[in-house]
Amino acid sequence: MNASTSLPLKGAAVKSSGLNYARLLRSALPGVSLAVLLITIFIMQPRAMSYMGMNLMLNLAVPIALATVAQMLIITVNDLDLSLGSFISFVACVAATLLDQHPVLGCLVLLGCIAVYALLGALIHIRNLPSIVVTLGMSFVWMGAAVLLLPAPGGSAPEWLQSLVRIKTPLLPFAIIVCVVLAIAVHVFLMRSTLGVVLRGAGGNPLAIAKAGWSLLRIKITMYALAGTFGVFAGLFLVGLTTSADASIALRYTLLSIAGVILGGGEFVGGRVSPTGAVLGALTLVLAGSLLSFMRISPDWQIGAQGAILIFVLALRMSVNRLEARPL
Amino acid sequence: MKIRPLRCLFLSSALLLSPFMQVQADTADKTIALSNNYAGNSWRQNMLGSWKQTTDDAVKKGVIASADAFTTGENQATEQAAQIQNLILQGYSAIVINAASPTALNGAVKQACDAGIIVVSFDGIVTEPCAYRISMDFKQSGLDQMDYLAKRFPNGANILEIRGLAGVSVDEQIHSGIVAGAQKYPNLKIVGSVNGNWSQTAAQKAVAGILPSLPNIDALVTQGDDGYGAAQAFMSAGRPTPTIIFGNREEELSWWKKQKDANGYESFSISSAPSISSLAFWVAQQLLDGKQMPHDLLSPAVSVTQDSLEPALKGLEKGGIVSQVYSVDDVATLTSPSAH
Repeated sequence: MNASTSLPLKGAAVKSSGLNYARLLRSALPGVSLAVLLITIFIMQPRAMSYMGMNLMLNLAVPIALATVAQMLIITVNDLDLSLGSFISFVACVAATLLDQHPVLGCLVLLGCIAVYALLGALIHIRNLPSIVVTLGMSFVWMGAAVLLLPAPGGSAPEWLQSLVRIKTPLLPFAIIVCVVLAIAVHVFLMRSTLGVVLRGAGGNPLAIAKAGWSLLRIKITMYALAGTFGVFAGLFLVGLTTSADASIALRYTLLSIAGVILGGGEFVGGRVSPTGAVLGALTLVLAGSLLSFMRISPDWQIGAQGAILIFVLALRMSVNRLEARPL
Repeated sequence: MKIRPLRCLFLSSALLLSPFMQVQADTADKTIALSNNYAGNSWRQNMLGSWKQTTDDAVKKGVIASADAFTTGENQATEQAAQIQNLILQGYSAIVINAASPTALNGAVKQACDAGIIVVSFDGIVTEPCAYRISMDFKQSGLDQMDYLAKRFPNGANILEIRGLAGVSVDEQIHSGIVAGAQKYPNLKIVGSVNGNWSQTAAQKAVAGILPSLPNIDALVTQGDDGYGAAQAFMSAGRPTPTIIFGNREEELSWWKKQKDANGYESFSISSAPSISSLAFWVAQQLLDGKQMPHDLLSPAVSVTQDSLEPALKGLEKGGIVSQVYSVDDVATLTSPSAH
């Protein structure tokens, strides 16, 4: 969590180790909550502690993790993407129809999707539009396009895609490997590279970045295009798992991805995000559902209980934040 | 007052079960889970109630070790796929599914089959070949409605169609039956169509919205949980009440009864019985017991006519749906579509 280094450095440097401790706690929180969840699940259902068990619990978490990373990239530049779920549904429909029957056309459409995302970034920046409104509108466009492409549930994912997501890797399930690689790759790019610092800076202090000679337009376009790319990956992975698509297959991913980013230690404004946290947050959300199902909580209470877990983790984070803010 | 029918039910099912007890001892340590995608209307509530009633009884009798019901919160295929994967992990011997999507769960269903679990889908069925499917003949139920109207209106009629949730396969199938009926009887004209979303309030709103643009309507074809709302829309618009085909809901049948007593209103009612969940339970239990069955099974729809209205209403509790309790015997009477 060195996202906040763009904040006044003087204060941070002077303050004692108590602050670092709080910050450490804060960045450890997503990992700790995931570990607590996992241990509880293992105690309740020892069968889950196996290769097959982990694979079953986590393989549907991969598309959510990818969606969460996409959402995180948008949140980094102080925007919010409300169309992500319907976008991923659309990608899934493309993959189950066009990509299967006409691979070249399918690839072109998917590249076109990323281009549309880049254009959206440009539009939002140039016209200074609120991203929530633009993406809300786009969510209906994607949804409509998906229904046009696949009016009734069906289609079939390309054979290569199905076998790709079902790879049986040695030692660790494929789902875990993908999540680890995803977290590390995005972390290195966004938190460690020079370009990443500039991209985050565009969310934290756009004025400074613009004064330093960077084009905010290009930064927004880059971020939106990247988010679109991860959205496409999420859709492809999802449809590989389900083997077929329908137009509303991923609608809940919009809210799940936002919850994942926030759960993983991100903030809505200021370029304060954490790629590893976001991936952990997505996994936490998925495992919370598994836990409730293992606890045999009555279906009427499950939705509420899932919300309660979310609020509990966020409340923990708020108290850690307060610890961090307290003057020593 | 309530105890007596319940006691009769227990007695009768005990009698029915007694010859099977020997055979069923084999499934005494088996567990069955119900994965359900939606619980937000009266049909689904009745379906879950019927599941609970049948399985509680079966567990008490030692036919099966446990039969838990799980409902997803948001009626989304990805959520249900995750739920099914959790059920696989929990080691259930069989999973009974009312699916959010006929195709999007196939990946998870295949994983269950590969783990040696018997998968039975009903109502909202899945297309994965390794699963069993118990479906109501939805297309036939659409056609039945048109058959009735053709008899009622030999000189032709203007018909308004109320459809269900757009994009759901059940809606598509009932609709195809109605379309087939319209082709069969060219003088029955479908002059409008709205989505009532299988909810009385949504149907009332949708019908009220389209009514001003429509000519005189003689009849309404519906999909259930929408007839009463549609009747309200016609009344508040001050238009003559058409012949509404109902969907076996208590409020619809009571309204029909009131109209019948007041002015001799005639109609017809047809819907799938929510107790199909108990049928699915018995199918799963029989499969666990080693019975061989075809993978596609058809369960007939339940209909109420002018003459059977009173008996159907009797004993129907508020918010209920005309239903029949299935026993293990009924499994043998199921037909496979190819036999038709």
